Amino acid sequence: MSENSTPRVGSDRVKRGLAEMLKGGVIMDVVTPEQARIAEDAGAVAVMALERVPADIRSQGGVARMSDPDLIEAIIAEVSIPVMAKARIGHFVEAQVLQALNVDYIDESEVLSPADYVNHIDKWDFTVPFVCGATNLGEALRRINEGAAMIRSKGEAGTGDVSEATKHIRTINAEIARLTSLSKDELYVAAKELQAPYDLVVEVAETGKLPVVLFTAGGVATPADAAMMIQLGADGVFVGSGIFKSGNPAARAAAVVKATTFYDDPAVIAEVSRGLGEAMVGINVADVPAPHRLAERGW
Amino acid sequence: MSGLVIPGGESSVMDKLARTFGVADVVRRRIAEGLPVYGTCAGMIMLADTVLDGIRGQQSFGGLDVAVRRNAFGAQTESFEADLEVPELGDPPVHAVFIRAPVVAELGPRARALAALPDGTVVAVEQGALLGTSFHPEMTDELRFHRYFLDKVAVSSAGSSRP
Repeated sequence: MSENSTPRVGSDRVKRGLAEMLKGGVIMDVVTPEQARIAEDAGAVAVMALERVPADIRSQGGVARMSDPDLIEAIIAEVSIPVMAKARIGHFVEAQVLQALNVDYIDESEVLSPADYVNHIDKWDFTVPFVCGATNLGEALRRINEGAAMIRSKGEAGTGDVSEATKHIRTINAEIARLTSLSKDELYVAAKELQAPYDLVVEVAETGKLPVVLFTAGGVATPADAAMMIQLGADGVFVGSGIFKSGNPAARAAAVVKATTFYDDPAVIAEVSRGLGEAMVGINVADVPAPHRLAERGW
Repeated sequence: MSGLVIPGGESSVMDKLARTFGVADVVRRRIAEGLPVYGTCAGMIMLADTVLDGIRGQQSFGGLDVAVRRNAFGAQTESFEADLEVPELGDPPVHAVFIRAPVVAELGPRARALAALPDGTVVAVEQGALLGTSFHPEMTDELRFHRYFLDKVAVSSAGSSRP
């Protein structure tokens, strides 16, 4: 790698590096500056600024788009932790706008209505880093090939049902484990089957992990949900509707942070789970008709 | 424990969890007793006696006689890599990665600057057994800062093993 002496912004290392700094943490969806403040006070490592949490997008329907710049700027002004914002899949102009607004990370997200059913955003073109969702290893590697600097395994956002998140983090990790067991000459077909670039497949087979940080998202509603995701191998969690759709957001947010840190200490998880009030009501993913399942968006 | 490294991350979260779970007082006491500690980025914030632009109520472990400004360069799009002259480490320059990085805004008389950006902003400091850098040597193959810290650990261990 050539390293010249003039300062360089937007490098791969700098983009992936911010995600490294978020490891072990909780990223929370917020829709107002007040919620962002609560999240920061509770110990969030970053916030996701959006107009509607997934549970509301789900219940209200319609086309979900990038949030109002005024809202994003107000949230950036309110907190000092990193602020992420969502662009529609394939909507590179929304991404350009978010970069111009100085967000710290863009989530090219299936929670919003896709803008392009064929192509994702060419993320190498941007200085700001991107996080993208994935249900399996092939999808994760395709996103990384397009320049994603962080992956989040998809769950079924806005349901409070963690089963899809569990399925996808398990799938990704199982597929990684399988790659590490293959011999070198089997990786060509593995790349074909995963529909992923051969070089990335070789890299994962050699290192036994993704080349970027892997968080999990979608349906995480309790401290125990968050801890389970970390025990299953996630580097951290996104909590969307789970916090601000619950009875006591400040307490639940702080509890999820503590449980994520002490993910392997059931005594701590038990302690922080007490007296949190009502969790978000929740919808069983099995009751969501297939056309309304967000995790199936993206390819 | 003969040395402690506090890596990058979110300093406000480190502070909150360290206080909630009783780690902060222990670390403070060990720093006062001379434990070698190296803090990179958020870790340097945790070692600073004064934190500027912290979140409401943010505290640090302290130990370094400096005021560190959190997130001094702005948003992530301002994060950068650059070569940095570090006289103590000689040639070649250190390739340094700054991610939403803090800087040393005020250097107290007990702390010593080890490196600065071309505009004079101090980004690496030491004070006795304590070492702090705004940047992340752990993100490159650069090992000289780690060796520099291990020397402090060796000196400290030799001192404490005396009868």
